[in-house]
Amino acid sequence: MSAGTGMTGPRSLPTTEQSIRRQRIARTLTYSFLIAVAIVYIFPFLIAVVTSFKTEPNATADPLALWPSPVSTDAFHQLYQDQDFLLWVKNSVIVTLSVTFLRVFLDSLAGYALARLHFRGRGLAFAAIVAVMAVPGVVLLIPKFLMIRQLGMYDHYSGMIIPLLVDAAGVFIMKNFFESIPVSVEESARIDGASIFRIYWSIVLPMARPALVTIFILSFQGSWNELGHFIISAQSSSLNTLTKGVAQLASGQLGSGNRYPLKLAASCLMTIPVAALFFVFQRRIMNVQSGALKE
Amino acid sequence: MAGITLTDVSKIYDDGTRAVSDLNLDVEDGELVVFVGPSGCGKSTALRMIAGLEEISEGEVKIGDRVVNNLRPRDRDVAMVFQNYALYPHMTVAENIGFALRMRKVPKDEARRRIEETAKILGLHEHLRRKPRQLSGGQRQRVAMGRAIVREPHVFLMDEPLSNLDAKLRVQMRAEISRIQRQLRVTTVYVTHDQVEAMTMGDRVAVLRRGLLQQFEAPQRLYERPSNLFVASFIGSPAMNMLEGTLERSDDGIVCRIGSASFALPAELLKDRPALANHLGEPIAVGIRPEALEEPGRRNGDAGNLRGRVQGIEALGSELLAYVDIEAKPVLVEDVLEGIVDMEAAEDIAELKGGAEGLRATVVARLDPSARVRPDDMLELAVDLRRLHFFDLDSGLAIAA
Repeated sequence: MSAGTGMTGPRSLPTTEQSIRRQRIARTLTYSFLIAVAIVYIFPFLIAVVTSFKTEPNATADPLALWPSPVSTDAFHQLYQDQDFLLWVKNSVIVTLSVTFLRVFLDSLAGYALARLHFRGRGLAFAAIVAVMAVPGVVLLIPKFLMIRQLGMYDHYSGMIIPLLVDAAGVFIMKNFFESIPVSVEESARIDGASIFRIYWSIVLPMARPALVTIFILSFQGSWNELGHFIISAQSSSLNTLTKGVAQLASGQLGSGNRYPLKLAASCLMTIPVAALFFVFQRRIMNVQSGALKE
Repeated sequence: MAGITLTDVSKIYDDGTRAVSDLNLDVEDGELVVFVGPSGCGKSTALRMIAGLEEISEGEVKIGDRVVNNLRPRDRDVAMVFQNYALYPHMTVAENIGFALRMRKVPKDEARRRIEETAKILGLHEHLRRKPRQLSGGQRQRVAMGRAIVREPHVFLMDEPLSNLDAKLRVQMRAEISRIQRQLRVTTVYVTHDQVEAMTMGDRVAVLRRGLLQQFEAPQRLYERPSNLFVASFIGSPAMNMLEGTLERSDDGIVCRIGSASFALPAELLKDRPALANHLGEPIAVGIRPEALEEPGRRNGDAGNLRGRVQGIEALGSELLAYVDIEAKPVLVEDVLEGIVDMEAAEDIAELKGGAEGLRATVVARLDPSARVRPDDMLELAVDLRRLHFFDLDSGLAIAA
């Protein structure tokens, strides 16, 4: 799609040899530029993958080489044996799954209430939620830390999970989506005898699948990659998540030397779940869109 | 089964707007009543108050013997069909139809039997497993009907159920809804802005305007005896010609002057509407249905003639509409303009009104298709005087008994 500029459209009639040649040159230049940009973006990722299969001396001597020699899986063995890698994975999975599922549920409940239920202070509540979106997360780190301490959730799963359970952006997305659903569908369900929760659960939620998928992906990715919050909500190493563990590896606290292969092996493994999620849902998202166009 | 009674029902919004004012009417058990009127007349609001989707600000709604003002929609035992069908897109046709039964905890076997019966009535049998998006507009409309029918409710409420269909399908579904309603004998309130739908479907028709009930009667009666200028202009297509006229006493009765023409009103008519005698000398509105204008010679009996130049004709096969420019003052009060459904026509007329405070009016005549009429011809039109309508210009009310 980005090649559109260089493509010969069906309407452009090449009248002379010259214009054909000119077009060909333009196309070549465009593609060369795009390829160059693509390489700049992909290169760091390639280096990470390749380096994780290098030995330590090889990585130090030849950090930018695109082929490990010799090929070695030492880094992965080390991660498994010397580090608490599996513990980090476990913590990350627990936190991410709890946050993701509860967030989808709570965001949609809140979004539905803001979109459809009439109650005093609804406008104010929504304005407050929008305002929260405008505050950079970093600003809130210290206050969050203080509150988590005060509530006795520090250094505990609850402190890591509960503050992440609802996010303003998710509520906002859900509210907007619910508002796009025709009211008459819900009225029809009301006349059919459904309660408010039943309408939400059996009618509105299934209709909101595209929005739910969006929230699911955003939440999964967000909590899987979250670092700041885990730093302020827990300190014991038994509660280290992948992000925290890998960050400690990277900041060199845990050993000598640069240990590129070890750090990058951890990073690569960490990327897999999110990448897999996108892979799975990519098709789902596209399906949703094509369904929407047909109607 | 149950009738519906509305007593002094009003809907007043927070900002003080009255969407419906003091509505009083009775829908008899098994009857199909149509609420009709231009958009914003309160017909849908009235329906939604019966359904329980809209709070009733004042007055009382009864379904059967129960006052339902404070009952939730689900406890009123009504079923509703929406303009956009409001199907559940993620459910199959069978699930859509069966949803209400599921909510009411009807046993599975019975639910399946009722869903199949309903599908049979509506010819949806082979589509039960499909999703709404795989259906055509007409089929979706049927599913919406099916959802209402399967409940076997006391009352059907239909909010412009046919306006999303194309013209041909609309006519077909119109007949089908009438048939099903007659077959099931379920009390029905049907809302539409389309006066043809209202006339063809309603046992009785309630005409609303700006939240006020104008007239509530059988369609034929509505057509023959409109109670005011608005109803007269609203019901019938093409709309009734409205001309300003004056009544004058003559030797043997009363003469009606329209422009330069004058017509001696038949004694029969005067006997029927003695109140005409109270309006002598003052301008009144005279309504002439297009079919009350004919070529002279085709009609014998009480007739007088209007003369004018033909501006245009529309040959419709079964009839021929001739637009004739005559010397007369058109009645262009709001009651009339609002009654003309075709907003474009209303705008044209309003423009005319803004221009020359005209003494020329265009009347529509519904002629026999064999009539030899061409544009720019001078045409003589015989007026069937027994079918004239008279209205007080100040109050807009019909001058009747």
